[in-house]
Amino acid sequence: MKKLLCLGLSMILALSCFTACGGGNADAGNADATVFKIGGIGPLTGGAAAYGDAVNKGAQVAVDEINAAGGINGYQIEWKMEDDEHDAEKSVNAYNALKDWGMQMLVGTVTSAPCIAVEAEAVNDNMFLITPSGTAVDCISGANAFRLCFSDPTQGTKSAEFIGTNKIASKVAIIFDSSDPYSTGIKDAFKAEAANQGIAIVAEEAFTSDSKTDFKVQLQAAKESGAELLFLPIYYQEASLIIQQANDMGYAPKLFGCDGMDGILGVENLDLSLCEGIMFLTPFTANAEDAASQSFVKAYAEKFNNEVPIQFAADAYDAVYAIKAAAEKANVTPDMSVSDICDALAAQMTEITLTGLTGEITWDASGEPNKEPKAVVIKNGVYEAM
Amino acid sequence: MSLVSYLINGISLGSIYAIIALGYTMVYGIAKMLNFAHGDVIMIGAYTVLTLMTGAGVNPIVAILIGMGVCTLLGITIEKIAYKPLRGASSSLAVLITAIGVSYFLQNIALLVFGADTKSFVSVVSVPAITLANGELIITGTTIVTIIACIVIMTTLMFFVNKTKPGRAMKAVSEDRGAAQLMGVNVNATISLTFAIGSGLACVAGVLLCSAYPSLTPYTGAMPGIKAFVAAVFGGIGSIPGAVIGGILLGVIEILGKAYISSQVADAIVFAVLIIVLLVKPTGLFGKNIQEKV
Repeated sequence: MKKLLCLGLSMILALSCFTACGGGNADAGNADATVFKIGGIGPLTGGAAAYGDAVNKGAQVAVDEINAAGGINGYQIEWKMEDDEHDAEKSVNAYNALKDWGMQMLVGTVTSAPCIAVEAEAVNDNMFLITPSGTAVDCISGANAFRLCFSDPTQGTKSAEFIGTNKIASKVAIIFDSSDPYSTGIKDAFKAEAANQGIAIVAEEAFTSDSKTDFKVQLQAAKESGAELLFLPIYYQEASLIIQQANDMGYAPKLFGCDGMDGILGVENLDLSLCEGIMFLTPFTANAEDAASQSFVKAYAEKFNNEVPIQFAADAYDAVYAIKAAAEKANVTPDMSVSDICDALAAQMTEITLTGLTGEITWDASGEPNKEPKAVVIKNGVYEAM
Repeated sequence: MSLVSYLINGISLGSIYAIIALGYTMVYGIAKMLNFAHGDVIMIGAYTVLTLMTGAGVNPIVAILIGMGVCTLLGITIEKIAYKPLRGASSSLAVLITAIGVSYFLQNIALLVFGADTKSFVSVVSVPAITLANGELIITGTTIVTIIACIVIMTTLMFFVNKTKPGRAMKAVSEDRGAAQLMGVNVNATISLTFAIGSGLACVAGVLLCSAYPSLTPYTGAMPGIKAFVAAVFGGIGSIPGAVIGGILLGVIEILGKAYISSQVADAIVFAVLIIVLLVKPTGLFGKNIQEKV
């Protein structure tokens, strides 16, 4: 009996909370009609904090620039980032907190799994969402949701395109993690596109999260297949072992990775000379020479204690500018409701072309970005644009 | 030539399993318990040696000796605090659960102290690689040292157990603890000694494991620990040569399965072989089938 009472009371509590949230949201669109409120969600603490922190800072740089230049359609922007600790449940809580604050558009979330959860909520609210860095396909299932980075399968397709167009290799071996959807997704898309690019996949070797230390067999198979290039759609921890074991075997193929390779130079005690020549796709490098990148790096360093921005910061910067471009084209104003803003922005997203830090970007109706892949190569222990 | 290369890789991987399995099998043989924290003692040993070498610039040999000392102390401490009070407990399950607890405790301590980042291990082996058959076959220095270390450790242990007084005390305790005590064998000291030797070996195994696969995280010891446990059961738990043969066979099966069947189901093959062996010979390859006298 007591349990029932408890349950009943908590239901009432939950319901009342629900109505309160809903009410707050309905008013928020019109209450503070002089500014645009852009919210961000991502891990600011915990294991993935580096990503969320970079997104927060990159977006802040963009917001400050836009405000200094007169804002969007003459209205200033407010930016607020909430922490989700890379946890789906906390991410939804952060989303609700931002709605109470009066958020009208969302840049986020930063990581894939929380993004899928938040996107489901955002679809219900018809809240405009652009994720700077959520790579899983399901992050942008709704018509309200867009993506700035490449999705997992797109990374595979673009890698094959890049290798084919630049004639880096014609015989490729793949070593992938069959227990990880990120790795398998990239591998499948890479294989599909390789056929169109005249790339022969001569070996396809797997490992799992339970056996990710010994790669000699996979390397031996790759070596015997005559592959000139080893495609590694995996994270840098395993890649660091692969390059050492290949070196032990006297096998020196070209190496190509995806964004998971970013970080290999940070592995403690790793002999960095082994990393020389590794290529991987990444949308942004801090030592790129174009004027936009340089001014971004400079502004970022001035604002944040001489820190060097990583790709996540550039993704967030571009995401804010994408909102600006679409908002100006659609002529939205802060006194519109969240849902109206979303419809207007979503209609214009497919029309705009954004020249951002991560390339010249257009969007298709599914929310996926189209841009040229950018790759870097490790030379003398630093990333260098290719 | 690739078959030879796979075999050598398999024996090398198997030798590491074998050294870890020796620790499992000795503790099981004498204390009749599965020390699931053994894999994590390996990890602690590897971290200790790495820290000494990169942080304090200690000579590798000295670092390994200090590391063995640290692991030995750790092993004895774990035994005294976590296992000994439970030795008389009615259920042997209690000590098994404690061992799992110790395993997680060590992993989390390492997470706190050393962080979750992958550290690349600096190889302690400076033996040059051997190149055979016009560069078709390269045997790394680590492989050679690992295989030699495994043989030396096995021979020394067998000599120790069969020919020395404390070794024979171990055998006596393993056969009948009560009778050994009546004959004047100090059972507690013998069990502590077993843990000391097993944990010292764990440090050597950790260093060899990380020299061959130079990636160190707080979870490095977990999977090799489980594989080595399988190897010990495979060879007949409690038997020293059994652990070595079991370990090497396991390594070879794993590598050959990966090479000739599929790299995706290598682990499944290993465990399938284990199931078949145990169905045919429940005590393992070298296990003694002791009849209970009524």
